[in-house]
Amino acid sequence: MRTRLAALLVGTALTLGMTVGATAQDKQDKNVKIGVLTDLSGLYADLAGEGSVVAAQMAVDDSGLKAKGWTIDVISADHQNKPDIGTGIARRWIDTDKVDIIADVPNSGVALAVNNIVKEKNRILLDSGAGSSELTDTQCTPNTVHFTYDTYMLAHSTGSAMVKAGGDSWFFITADYAFGHALENDTAAVVKAAGGKVLGSVRVPLNTADFSSYLLQAQASKAKVIGLANAGGDTTNSIKQAAEFGIVKGGQKLAGLLMFLSDVHSLGLNVAQGLNLSETFYWNMNDQTRAFSKRFSERLKTHAMPTMVHAGVYAGLLHYLKALEALGGNPHDGAKVVAKMKEIPTDDPLFGKGTIRIDGRAIHPAYLFEVKTPAESKGEWDLYKLVGTTPGDDAFRPLSESKCPLVKH
Amino acid sequence: MQALSAQLLVGLINGSFYALLSLGLAVIFGMLNIINFAHGAVYMMGAFCAYFLLNVFGIGYWPALIVAPVLVGIFGMVMERTMLKWLTGLDHLYGLLLTFGLALIIQGVFQNYFGSSGLPYAIPDELQGGINLGFMFLPVYRGWVIVCSLVVCIATWYLIERTRLGAYLRAATENPTLVRAFGINVPRMITLTYGLGVGLAALAGVLSAPINQVRPLMGADLIIVVFAVVVIGGMGSIMGSIITGFALGIIEGLTKYFYPEASNSVVFVLMVLVLLVKPTGLTGRAT
Repeated sequence: MRTRLAALLVGTALTLGMTVGATAQDKQDKNVKIGVLTDLSGLYADLAGEGSVVAAQMAVDDSGLKAKGWTIDVISADHQNKPDIGTGIARRWIDTDKVDIIADVPNSGVALAVNNIVKEKNRILLDSGAGSSELTDTQCTPNTVHFTYDTYMLAHSTGSAMVKAGGDSWFFITADYAFGHALENDTAAVVKAAGGKVLGSVRVPLNTADFSSYLLQAQASKAKVIGLANAGGDTTNSIKQAAEFGIVKGGQKLAGLLMFLSDVHSLGLNVAQGLNLSETFYWNMNDQTRAFSKRFSERLKTHAMPTMVHAGVYAGLLHYLKALEALGGNPHDGAKVVAKMKEIPTDDPLFGKGTIRIDGRAIHPAYLFEVKTPAESKGEWDLYKLVGTTPGDDAFRPLSESKCPLVKH
Repeated sequence: MQALSAQLLVGLINGSFYALLSLGLAVIFGMLNIINFAHGAVYMMGAFCAYFLLNVFGIGYWPALIVAPVLVGIFGMVMERTMLKWLTGLDHLYGLLLTFGLALIIQGVFQNYFGSSGLPYAIPDELQGGINLGFMFLPVYRGWVIVCSLVVCIATWYLIERTRLGAYLRAATENPTLVRAFGINVPRMITLTYGLGVGLAALAGVLSAPINQVRPLMGADLIIVVFAVVVIGGMGSIMGSIITGFALGIIEGLTKYFYPEASNSVVFVLMVLVLLVKPTGLTGRAT
């Protein structure tokens, strides 16, 4: 009798143990696939592109998860700044290649399109490169995290600084797609709220080489500030040609609403000196950012220093992997992982301490920089001096103004 | 009215780039029957060449105007000798595919090493500043670009249409066997012509370097428009491409003023309209 009971108990224990073992194994699916969807060949290839792939790989290496038995693959593709190509890749990645998270996605047109797909398929969009503040406003989803910057932040940081300095009438030169429109609208709202006027705007096709016609229209408007609501090569071309047409000498001010380190480097300090711009990361801020940037630049073919987009890809993925580790595995339920990312505070060497809000917006400080003069610069990449810092809570759109359905008012 | 005159002038400046580039294309197509898709890439090489001459060898803008086109022209001649030569007598399509592939390779190599955002090249000191014309502020450098392109365009047209050398060249494309019978080295002439066309593109590249950034994709962005210019002007017609180049620059400038959203497509709309009415282009002859 006793032996039979013992046998029964052992048998039950064994069966139970096996079931428990099996669930534990399911829970600990530690295979992660990261897809870096970026612009590898077009006008944003320097501010994102190959550098974002390098940053993603560095985040995986630095997370230390591989040593703990995780398998983490990083793949990348070129969306060519075309939403149809971008969504095609995103669908294939999720359906066939089992990608868990799509990172970077510069170009708001592509990012907004991919945003819908990750929600539909319950994966994750970790956006660093695209700027449209819509991503965490009307278009917010439980699957999207917007890490580095957005048009609301840019408009408020640069826009209000310029209005305070007396620039109360504006004319916009705007890139004719989602990002440009968002940046123009957000900045116009800031200007009007501060008592300024918007005298007009001109919508310019993406990737235009010659801005002289548009600059002449801006000049004729007699606005005190010409707001450049564009990015990358479009911004550098406008600034260079504005100098040529004597616009700044004629008394008008230029506001580069979105400029990256790569743009300033490409313009050269002679042309770019004195410009004000907003970023959330600069490589030469402290020892930690310098150490990261040195490692980054050694791994990159062009040996450039990282832009804030690269930094955001790194820091965002580092936080993502931290959340996965806290969950113990199973990266395939996007909304669940994002919920965990929002639950634990962000803390990384590049952006410092912060949080990810309910609407998916990552909160960290924003900085207003001024481009150095050639005399002040001590090296090829020594380009900025810090003018002001806006704390994270003030830099981004407050939840009270949010139209995101996830935010309960 | 003031603003309109300013737009016309700005259009003329862009037109001068179109004219210089399409002139080279027309020369190469007219004389060699090659649809040279590598034209944008050699334009970009011209700009990079000027950048290297300045930053590596300390050779400034003025010598670069001569040296860069010659160097890139030599590169073009090597390309003709080693690759394009073998396509003589074959369908246009082969030349188009070969040069298109070459363009992708050249651009890819430059992009790999120099990124995509471009390198700065300053306007030479002598051409700094601008003149107040009353209706607009004209940068001296842009004025110089118009003058320089006009002179080069007219000189090239004169060389091909009015000199003995040009006559040989035109004869050689009509009937190479006969011209060879007169003791003229036709293959060498073809190589030199290709070099000339490529050199013209490189010259446009040097001229544009101080206005635009020196970027690997600068040619790729422009080449489609330039092809449209050549097609509208009539494939291979020298004068046609010069006039169309300037005219399209102006039309594009006006579009930028009245309806900027369409400025990238107006050239192609025009191309469609012209081809519907006159399939050989404005000044092209039916063959």
